[in-house]
Order: sequence, then structure tokens, then C-alpha cells
Amino acid sequence: MTSFIVRRLALGILVLFGVVLITFVLTRVIPSDPAAQWVGPRATPEQIKAARIELGLDKPVYVQFWKYLQDLIRGNLGYSLRSHQPVVQELKAYLPATIELVLLSTIAATFIGLPLGVLSARRKDEWLDHLCRFFSVGAVSLPTFWVGLFLQLIFYRILGILPMGGQLSMEIKLLYDIPHITGFLLLDSLIAGNFVVFKDALVHMILPGITIATYPVGLVARMTRSALLEILNEDYIRAARSYGLQERTVLWSYALKNSLGPTATVVTLSIGYTLVNTFLVESIFSWPGIGNYVASAVISLDYPAIMGVTIFSACAYVVLNLVADLIIALDPRVRT
Amino acid sequence: MNWISSKALRPRIKEFRLSVHLLSRNRLTRAALVTVLLLVLIAVVAPVIVPYPSHIYGVETPEDKLLPPSGKYFFGTDELGRDIFSRVLYGTRISLQTALLAVGLALLIGIPLGAIAGATGGFVDEAIMRITDVFLSFPPLLLAIAIAAFLGPSLTNAMLAIAISWWPWYTRLIRGQAVSIRERQFVRAAKAIGTPHFKIIFGHIVPNCIAPVIVQASMDLGGVILTAAALSFLGLGAQPPTPEWGLMVSTSRNYFLNAWWYSIFPGLAIFITVLAFNLLGDGLREILDPKTRKN
Repeated sequence: MTSFIVRRLALGILVLFGVVLITFVLTRVIPSDPAAQWVGPRATPEQIKAARIELGLDKPVYVQFWKYLQDLIRGNLGYSLRSHQPVVQELKAYLPATIELVLLSTIAATFIGLPLGVLSARRKDEWLDHLCRFFSVGAVSLPTFWVGLFLQLIFYRILGILPMGGQLSMEIKLLYDIPHITGFLLLDSLIAGNFVVFKDALVHMILPGITIATYPVGLVARMTRSALLEILNEDYIRAARSYGLQERTVLWSYALKNSLGPTATVVTLSIGYTLVNTFLVESIFSWPGIGNYVASAVISLDYPAIMGVTIFSACAYVVLNLVADLIIALDPRVRT
Repeated sequence: MNWISSKALRPRIKEFRLSVHLLSRNRLTRAALVTVLLLVLIAVVAPVIVPYPSHIYGVETPEDKLLPPSGKYFFGTDELGRDIFSRVLYGTRISLQTALLAVGLALLIGIPLGAIAGATGGFVDEAIMRITDVFLSFPPLLLAIAIAAFLGPSLTNAMLAIAISWWPWYTRLIRGQAVSIRERQFVRAAKAIGTPHFKIIFGHIVPNCIAPVIVQASMDLGGVILTAAALSFLGLGAQPPTPEWGLMVSTSRNYFLNAWWYSIFPGLAIFITVLAFNLLGDGLREILDPKTRKN
């Protein structure tokens, strides 16, 4: 068990190094000149030259990479070409809003997707199964960005019952003190006991929340179904049934427990997918998170910002993968 | 007709017939198969059948801008007065082409690497697979976005970006196959008579482990179409005036509150296409997996 964890951690570090290396190599094949972008469109050749030295672009590539690694370990991701602010600082400001969305969608994936998958497997080849499957395949086939526009059209434009975007209404922002404690709006307003702000924030979360949750709900339902179906064919399930155990007991405590490995994996992986899907969704809902941040960075080719978000998301994904593997390692059958 | 009745082929043909039979038995899979074939047909004949071929790339008819669906324009018109129906139909061709090329390129990188790793073993195997691990540790869409952002926005670069982020899946798959085939008698025999290593890999091992990879690749087409549309939506893929679905949805954002048809139809096109490919993929998986296969 210990040796497995050590090996897995070592591989994780290797992978993180690789992620940084790939991202670094990508920035070196840019067709544009970061130094020119840094000083702006009206700079003289001398200024660009000075900027190149300032940014360390005149040094050999391996020196640049070494410096980049050193900076990274100190938590420095460079400076945004647009705002000249440290990327880390900007990420910190935008992260809470994104985490709120991602958490919401993960909760939905677990509490809607998982039961759907179980239901589907239990009623295999009945109409309920067909319905669940169609729903879950549909959910992973929908273009996320289009779902967002579609929901806005119905709930904002036609029905007029939900806001189009943003985290808070304009009048709430103007009339109330918006509490800033942890940076998580829902949590902060609860701590401050400001229920008007809390309710408004919650209402604003509905549409982006549904949009971002669609994909993981479908994914988890699909994976749970197929993992369960494989297990329901096993001999020990037949044995449990032949003892006369209730089907509910067989399903929830015999079968589901044993399919928990693949299910936990897919739930953690879906967090990673969701994180990247926010790139597509947040800009639609003017949601002040890292997705919106990177979408605008992409348009203005702000490479340090794109790189920072890439490294952050990839690292989050690597860590999630690690967690998923460790959960599986808790299973005594996997231990060696 | 001697070759058909040869003893070696007969079980294979029987197997193929059974697969087709099983595939078409599931109603949902059958519908998906028909849809995919229809989409391919549309992609092939698109330039001939669209009602307004001149609207596909340009020709502005500003007097007809943002018209709702009607008998003249089935899906309405966009902000330049172009027929959305014509553009959506033509978009089928662009999406399928992009997806096929991207997956093809990913296979071209993934198959040789996986085969070399699996057939050679040792350090080479270890090195290739660790590199593969690194690529696999990016969330799928993220690497494509990063690569496309750094290469610069264009449909070709989006295709490249998808291929670069997709090949590791095929490498891993084919390596697993190659490792098991490496020890088979015919490979040992080839080795014994002094066949060069290179020839063993590409002449004996690859042809014998390519089938599952091709199946996997065809199942991936839906996901690739979705990824390409997402890149275009972000402004990293097709550029105007290309009638690419994701780009059309992206442009529609400025108008859709008063012109619902502008975003609805291109988005529906993406959804139906991806859904058809995914359903077909599910059907394929089910009949090819011996655990779930029922006769």
C-alpha cells in the first residue's frame, strides 16, 4: 500500500514536470513576439529590445526554462500582458466564482447522475433504461455553450423569470454591502447573515449551474450504468440473489459498493472536465471566474494568462487523478 | 467466387453478418446508423443541394438580415442576410471533414508510437509510455485549447491541436494489443527467420492489432466534432466567413435574444451529429464487448 502511494506520487510529480515542460514548449513556438506585446503597439525597436532583456527572452531556452521552474515553485506564474498584474493574483481573484460552479456541478453529478445510472442498470432494456440512456447520451452530446444560450433564451428572454448573467443583480450590488470574507459569494453572504444577497446569488447561479452540470451528470450516469452491469453479471451477485436477499440490498450494498472504484474515478475526472468547460460557459453568463478570464485572454492572446490557467487546471487534474487512484487503492483487492 | 467459400474466411463473414444483425437489432443504434449515413450523404452533396449556394461564404443581402424562418429561408437568415439553412447544411461537410482529418492524424501519430512501444519493450516502451502519460494528464479539452491558442486561430490549427491532444489514447490502446501479440507464434517465427524489427512491427504486429483502434477512433468522432465546435466557439477554430457550426453559434451571441433561430439551428446540428455518433459508438461497443454481447 505504502509503496503504491509512493510510486503513484513519484509518477504524479513526473507528470507535473511534463505538464510544465509541454506548456513551456508551447509558449516558445508562438508566432508572435511577447516582448512586443508587453510594451504595446507604439513601442520603438529599442523599447522592444529592452523588454526582451527585462523578460529574459535574450537568454538560451534552457536558462529560460530553469528560471520559469524556479519562479513556478515560488508561486510566480509571470505577469499578464494585458494588465501587467501577476497572473497568480488574478487567478486568486477569479477562482472562487469558478469553484462554486464546479462544486455545484459535482454535487449534481453525484446526486443525479449516480442514481440515474443505478436505475438504468437495474431496469436494463426496459423503457426506463432506454429513457435514462437517451438522457445521459444526450447530455454528453450537447455542446455546453449552446445549452447556455438556449437556457438564457427560454428563462430570461421568453419566461423572464431568471437573470441572464452575472453573479448579482445591479440593484443588489448598489444597495447592499457585499461581504468579502472567503471570496465565495454564497458562503460569505451566509456568514454575514445577509440573506437578500444570498438569495440573489443563488438565483444567479441556477442557469450557469444547470449548463455546467449537464455534461458530468450524463457522464456519471453512463459510467455507473456500465460499471454496475458488469458487476451484476458476477457469480457472487447471483449467489446473493439465490439466498433470497432483497433486490434493493443486492443492488445498493453488494453491487454498488463494488462499482465504487470506477464511479469515484469518473466523478473526480468529471471535476476536471467541468473546470475546462467553464471556459465555454462563464463568458456566456458573464460569470467572474477563471473561465471567463481565460476566454478573454485567448481573444487578446495574453500568453502568460493562458499558460497560468493551463498549468493550474492541469495540476488540479493531476491531483484529482491521484485522489481517484488512492480511492481505488483503498479497495483491498487492488492492494499488492 | 472461390475465395468467399474458403474455409478461413467463412467464420469471419459469419461474424461480420452477426455484428451487423446485432447492430441493427437495437432500434436506437439503427436510428443512429441511418442518421450518420444521412449526414455523410449531406456532407458529400452539400454544395449541390443547398438552396442558396452563394450564401455559404459571402454575398450579403442586407435587406434580408435576421429574418425568421419562412418558406423562403427555412432556418431564417443571419445578420448579413445569409440563409442559415444553406450554411448549416454546408457546415456538415466542414465538421465531418475536420473530425476525420483530426482523428486520422491522431491515428497516424498514435499507432506507430504504440506499436513501437509495445513491440520493443524495455526502455523505449517506458519512455514512450511516460510521455503518453503526461499528455493524458491534461483534461481533454484543455490541451487542445492551449495548443490552438499558441498556434494561432484557424481551422487547420484547431485540427492539429485536437490531433496532438488525442493521439495518446490510441498509443495506449495499441500498445496493450502489441504487447500481447508480440509473444504470439507467428511473430516469433518471423523473428526466427531474421525479419528486421521494423518490418515485424509494421508488417506483422500493426495489421493484427489495428481493428480495435479503428473502432475506438470511429467512436471518438462525436467527441472530436464537439471539441472542434468548442474551439471555434472560443474563436480558436474556424474564422468567419466559414460556415462552421460552433462559429455560427458564437457569432449569434450578439443577436440571439431577438433572433432565436440564429443560435438554435447550428447548435441543433452539432447536437444531432454528436448524438448520432455517440449512440452508434455505444452500439458498437456493446456488440464488440463479449461481456455484454448477447446472441
